[in-house]
Amino acid sequence: MASSNDSIKKTIIVALSLCLVCSIFVAAAAVGLKPIQNANKDEDRKRNILSAAGMLQDGKSVDEIFASVETRIVDLQTGEFASAEALKAEGINPETFDQKAAAKNPSLSITLSGEDDPAGIKRRSNYASVYLVMSGDDIERIILPVHGYGLWSTMYGFMALESDYNTVIGFGFYDQAETPGLGGEVDNPNWKALWKGKEVYNDQGQAVIALAKGGVDSSDPNASHKVDGLSGATLTSRGVTHLVQYWLGKEGFGPFLSHLRSEGVQ
Amino acid sequence: MSDVKNVLFGPILSNNPIALQILGICSALAVTSSLSVSLVMAIALTLVTAFSNFFIAIIRNHIPNSIRIIVQMIIIASLVIVVDQILKAFAFEISKQLSVFVGLIITNCIVMGRAEAFAMKNGPGMSFLDGIGNGLGYSVMLIIVAFFRELLGAGKLFGVEIFATVQNGGWYQPNGLMLLPPSAFFVIGLVIWALRAYKKEQVEEPEFKIAANSRAQEAL
Repeated sequence: MASSNDSIKKTIIVALSLCLVCSIFVAAAAVGLKPIQNANKDEDRKRNILSAAGMLQDGKSVDEIFASVETRIVDLQTGEFASAEALKAEGINPETFDQKAAAKNPSLSITLSGEDDPAGIKRRSNYASVYLVMSGDDIERIILPVHGYGLWSTMYGFMALESDYNTVIGFGFYDQAETPGLGGEVDNPNWKALWKGKEVYNDQGQAVIALAKGGVDSSDPNASHKVDGLSGATLTSRGVTHLVQYWLGKEGFGPFLSHLRSEGVQ
Repeated sequence: MSDVKNVLFGPILSNNPIALQILGICSALAVTSSLSVSLVMAIALTLVTAFSNFFIAIIRNHIPNSIRIIVQMIIIASLVIVVDQILKAFAFEISKQLSVFVGLIITNCIVMGRAEAFAMKNGPGMSFLDGIGNGLGYSVMLIIVAFFRELLGAGKLFGVEIFATVQNGGWYQPNGLMLLPPSAFFVIGLVIWALRAYKKEQVEEPEFKIAANSRAQEAL
């Protein structure tokens, strides 16, 4: 190696030109591929929503099926659909609203701590997207985003309810990092199938659905509010119970769903 | 010609980066719980090693010694970001499973090791082949480990059910340990054992010899 390589001038020239070339290279890749990546993310989100609602069909593209789904923004504080003016004032576009980003924005979210935060999410966005499948003027299915802390990770999922806003159609997580084989069994299709037909609320309107350790006893009068816990994953199961009860309870979508029940979509 | 063959296929058995040099263990533990993910990781690492070797070899005569490692890192990091972006665009499902591990190719010791040990001293063509060769050595190990982990841990290969598991009403009780990273240590250990039984010259000299017939004495 020539000794002139080690002069200060040469060192700086090499460092600068290398940085310049590499940064052009990286920027070109990132910008050039951005549209394809965004399309992928979008399709992935839609696929997860449809899969929770049990609407995926072979031979039909995700976009085709998703055309029948209406995206609306809910104001979690009032429990009503957010009005177009309110969304405009907050600078929210319903099509691109990102609840994860909103939960980090102090003006769009509230801080939760201690007792208020059973799901371990720390901050909750004031707005949430909900997905409606309409038949005529009535809601046929409603799909709600839920998330909360399990054992290792925040689990993100969707829960689909029937038009009585009580009976579960489907439930599943699309993003979690629980222990494979134990807590990771939240992704097991057989376990997810157990949720179908369960009821979220008891007669007093409280969200009582929970995972039962050791399995559900079918003679239990509350069996319709219980789902088999995951064996070997007590903390993940507890996390799932907490997050479902939180999001369907009075701090989450509870007021919104009771509003829908009494007033309908309007 | 034998040079090319040696550079390209030597790292698979006789100079395997994982089994002999014990490099790149971290990602071998992390991504090998399923075959399809391992395969993508193996391809990504092979490409990154080959191209980083190639580019570093091209400019090897202009790299100032004082910032040698930084220059190598910049080239490797740029390539890894490009690979990550391409995966996100064209293999979205798999890039979700690999998550941070693609980014961590930057810190994979094999890439850096080959750049420093080979590409700084050899021409671009040979360096490129050396990168492919070492990538292949890494790939072979990854695929062997993933084969056993996925088969014994989930009863599947490439996501297709081979053993019907108890959870799905079959007979096979999956070994959950095989899905956790530590199990890769056991599999890699067994492979190294098998390799060294076959190629005796890879066995290292013991650092200490136990003296014959030594007897424990009472402390004074």
